[in-house]
Amino acid sequence: MFENLQDKLDRAFKVLKGQGSITEINVAETMKEIRKALLDADVNYKTAKSFTDEVKEKALGLNVLTAVSPGQLLTKVMNDELTALMGGEVTELDLKTNPTIILIAGLNGAGKTTFAGKLANHLKSKGKKPLLVAGDMYRPAAVDQLQILGEQIGVPVYANIASKDPVAIAMEGIAEGKKNHNNVIIIDTAGRLAIDEEMMNEIAAVKEHTKPHEILFVVDAMTGQDAVNTAKTFNERLDFTGVVLTKLDGDTRGGAALSIKSVVNKPIKFIGTGEKMEALDVFYPDRMASRILGM
Amino acid sequence: AGKSTVDDDVLDNLEEVLVTSDVGVTTTLKIIDRIQARVAKDKYLSTSELHRLLRDEIQLMLSENNSNDFRKFEYGQHKPYVIMVVGVNGVGKTTTIGKLAHKLKAEGLSVVLGAADTFRAAAVEQIKLWGERVGVRVVAQAMGSDPASVAYDTLQSAVANGEDVVIIDTAGRLHNKIGLMNELGKIKNVMEKVIPSAPHEILLVLDGSTGQNAFEQCKQFTEATDVNALAITKLDGTAKGGVVIGISDQFKIPVKYIGVGESVNDLQLFDKKAFVDSLFN
Ligand SMILES: Nc1nc2c(ncn2[C@@H]2O[C@H](COP(=O)(O)OP(=O)(O)OP(=O)(O)O)[C@@H](O)[C@H]2O)c(=O)[nH]1
Ligand SMILES: Nc1nc2c(ncn2[C@@H]2O[C@H](COP(=O)(O)OP(=O)(O)OP(=O)(O)O)[C@@H](O)[C@H]2O)c(=O)[nH]1
Ligand SMILES: [K+]
Ligand SMILES: [Mg+2]
Ligand SMILES: [Mg+2]
Repeated sequence: MFENLQDKLDRAFKVLKGQGSITEINVAETMKEIRKALLDADVNYKTAKSFTDEVKEKALGLNVLTAVSPGQLLTKVMNDELTALMGGEVTELDLKTNPTIILIAGLNGAGKTTFAGKLANHLKSKGKKPLLVAGDMYRPAAVDQLQILGEQIGVPVYANIASKDPVAIAMEGIAEGKKNHNNVIIIDTAGRLAIDEEMMNEIAAVKEHTKPHEILFVVDAMTGQDAVNTAKTFNERLDFTGVVLTKLDGDTRGGAALSIKSVVNKPIKFIGTGEKMEALDVFYPDRMASRILGM
Repeated sequence: AGKSTVDDDVLDNLEEVLVTSDVGVTTTLKIIDRIQARVAKDKYLSTSELHRLLRDEIQLMLSENNSNDFRKFEYGQHKPYVIMVVGVNGVGKTTTIGKLAHKLKAEGLSVVLGAADTFRAAAVEQIKLWGERVGVRVVAQAMGSDPASVAYDTLQSAVANGEDVVIIDTAGRLHNKIGLMNELGKIKNVMEKVIPSAPHEILLVLDGSTGQNAFEQCKQFTEATDVNALAITKLDGTAKGGVVIGISDQFKIPVKYIGVGESVNDLQLFDKKAFVDSLFN
């Protein structure tokens, strides 16, 4: 669909080559292409701006014009920069404490419940003994959904459909998990908007009481410019420990990943790559960089 | 605020507002070009005039396809009027169906829902609960059964009962999955067997917080199923849903509904003016 960024850059540079040294002005066209590519990938407006400024500095420093393929060199520079920005290497979950409490949070429909199931499945396959806690009291059939997933993967689910209090349910779930010697307890929560004060207070209270070791912010990879607002607010309220990027089996370029990383600076720990319980992967910054750049 | 003429700063600022509302670079440039053409003619345009002009231009882009705004939750010509709801995972299809059923019922129409998402865990249970909540009948089969067969049953039952509106839920699917997209065609074809003109409305639900990928969603779903109406959900959040401007400009498909919350009453008819105003607030 989109033209290869590298070709575009090569072409932009070709125009420049005849003009001798690189000046601020003749780099502008190239930078415009880069910025557009980033914005088309849903990288946040401000992030795209500061990133292109940095790349521009680098390009002026390296003598890009004398390179055989300036577009190639520049895309490599960008790829390296992006990879570094998205956090050099893979960050593992902290599972030292027994039981490890993991709280799942995010917007409506992001993929939290599905991820909770996938994570339980993943940890089970690594020899852990997880318990899922059905903490969404709002969405119709949210509890059934988690119970069905639990059954599919053979992981127990704590639920209390009579209760409407997510703090109480989380605490009951933890007690149940301790009783049954579960060494990981994963708490699913209802989807909520960052500007919904009441709902944000509620999840802050769940955190307060359960003292989770990991709080994972689940976000749809197709999210646009709003990703920064949401991530910022959730992080301010929860100080989450990691990000989960879902639905990457689609064809979105996933610029939200970069935006989130740049505003909250928390590691992306997992990616969702399908609806099945096995469709979970660790996050590779370099692959994400190439994807955002459309390569 | 002190500026009285349109200069580069004003246009840069405009660009930022539009891009951060997910309007996208291409559409933003198109809008700015239109504005600049006006500015060139009209040298002493004030910023307040610019804002009015801008709102007009965007509304125009939206209305080239939404020839008239929808005024009421009602359907006249076909009985039953059949709506098939499609979209990628988690955008709000099932919730929109529940809310729409509620609105139609309030207009005095009898509504039946078809639980043709037989795939996602507890999807059938979810739509059944919506049916209970708003007091409409739901036709369902077991999880894992053929969605086309559920759609067929629902239409037959609606015809037999003389119902006014049928709404068919479908499983969320990413538009790049060919097998799943072809399945939608099958569901649609089966409906034609019961009612040759059905489905009358194929409603693509887009999540209002989605960025530029919404273009590809619209393209692929339209190719697979002749989408003829759009719903934008989750506009009660901070996301502006600006991508819809470029989408309706390119695909000429009207936006019919917007979702503004999770409760039964949180569905509204799309109003261009209110939508454009919300971009600038
Ligand atoms: N293709 C794909 N679909 C996914 C992925 N993760 C989740 N989904 C689907 O996205 C939809 C929403 O997932 P849920 O897990 O219900 O999302 P949620 O965040 O729990 O939703 P709420 O509880 O309503 O806020 C479902 O159709 C899932 O099957 C993924 O990685 N890829
Ligand atoms: N805030 C808000 N939440 C919404 C809106 N519409 C839907 N939701 C929520 O979004 C989540 C997903 O909604 P569903 O109706 O299950 O979405 P879906 O498209 O049917 O999902 P799948 O069938 O899994 O693909 C739920 O938590 C809904 O309550 C809306 O307009 N505003
Ligand atoms: K979403
Ligand atoms: Mg959920
Ligand atoms: Mg659904």
